[in-house]
Amino acid sequence: MQITIQTTAEDHRIARLAAFAIGLSLLEAAIPSPLPGIKPGLANIVTLLVLARFGLRAAIWVSLLRVVAGSLILGTFLSPSFVLSFSGAALSLATLALARHLPEKWFGPVSLSIFAAFAHIAAQMAVVYLWLIPHAGILYLAPVFAAAALLFGTVNGLITAGLLAEKQKTDSVRAPALQS
Amino acid sequence: MPLRLIKPGDWLVLLGGMVVTAWLFATLWQGNAADKAVVRSGGKIVAELSLAENHTFTAQGPLGASRIEIHNRRARVAADPSPRQYCVKQGWLAKTGEAALCLPNQVSLELTGAKKLYDSLSY
Repeated sequence: MQITIQTTAEDHRIARLAAFAIGLSLLEAAIPSPLPGIKPGLANIVTLLVLARFGLRAAIWVSLLRVVAGSLILGTFLSPSFVLSFSGAALSLATLALARHLPEKWFGPVSLSIFAAFAHIAAQMAVVYLWLIPHAGILYLAPVFAAAALLFGTVNGLITAGLLAEKQKTDSVRAPALQS
Repeated sequence: MPLRLIKPGDWLVLLGGMVVTAWLFATLWQGNAADKAVVRSGGKIVAELSLAENHTFTAQGPLGASRIEIHNRRARVAADPSPRQYCVKQGWLAKTGEAALCLPNQVSLELTGAKKLYDSLSY
C-alpha cells in the first residue's frame, strides 16, 4: 500500500526555507560559545526574511520546524535545551507578530530583529529562572544576555535588510527583462 | 535606489535597546549587592556565610539557639528565643548594610558586600 501526501507549492517552499534555517542552526551549534545561551542566532535571519517576503504564517512554520527538526538532529529533542529554544522562538514570533505592524517607512528589519532577540532571551531567562535554576543569582547574567541580544539582533537585522535590498534590486533588474 | 538598511525608527529601537542594557548593568551589577552574611554572637563573629548558597546556620546565645537561614541570595533569622521576636519579624535581608539584631539573645546578622554603605554619618 502506498500513502501519498498531497503537498502544495507553499509546503515545498516552507520545507526548503526550514531546511536552510536548520542548516544554519547546526552550523551555529559547532561554534564554541563563551557562555551557554549566547549564540548569534543566524537562523533568525531566515525567520525574518520569510516574515518579510511570505508573511507571518510561513514564518511561524519555518521557525517551529527549525526548532523541532534541529533538535532531532542535534539529539536535544524534549531536553531542557529544546524547551529553551522552543520558548525563545515562541515569544520572539509573538513579538514579531505585533512588531510587524509598525510603520514600514520608519521601522525596518533591524527593529524587528532587535525586538525578536530581546524576546528570545527574555523567554529563555524566564524558563531558566522558573524551571531550571530558581535562584536570584542568574539575574547577574541578564545584562550580559541583553548586551548579546542587542549586538546579534542588530547584526542579524542588518544582514536581513541587506539581503532584502539585494533581492529588491535583482527583482527590479529582472522585471523589465520579463516585460520585453 | 540608495540602500538604506537602517531606517530612522531603527535608530530609536537601537537606542532603546542600549538604554535597557545599560539600565540592567547599572541595577544588577552595582556594588551594593550583598554577598556575605556575618553572624555574631555576644559581639564575636561566629560565622561568615556566602549568600551564593542556600543553607541554614545555628548560632548559640545565652537564651538558646538562633537559626539563620540563607535562601536565594537573601538571609533572615528564621527562629530565635528572644521574647519580642524583632529580628525574626524583620524578615529577609538582601542589601549590604542591612542587619537584624536578636536581643537579649545577643545574636546578630549583618549583610556585607564589596561596597561598604554608610549606616549613619557623624561629624
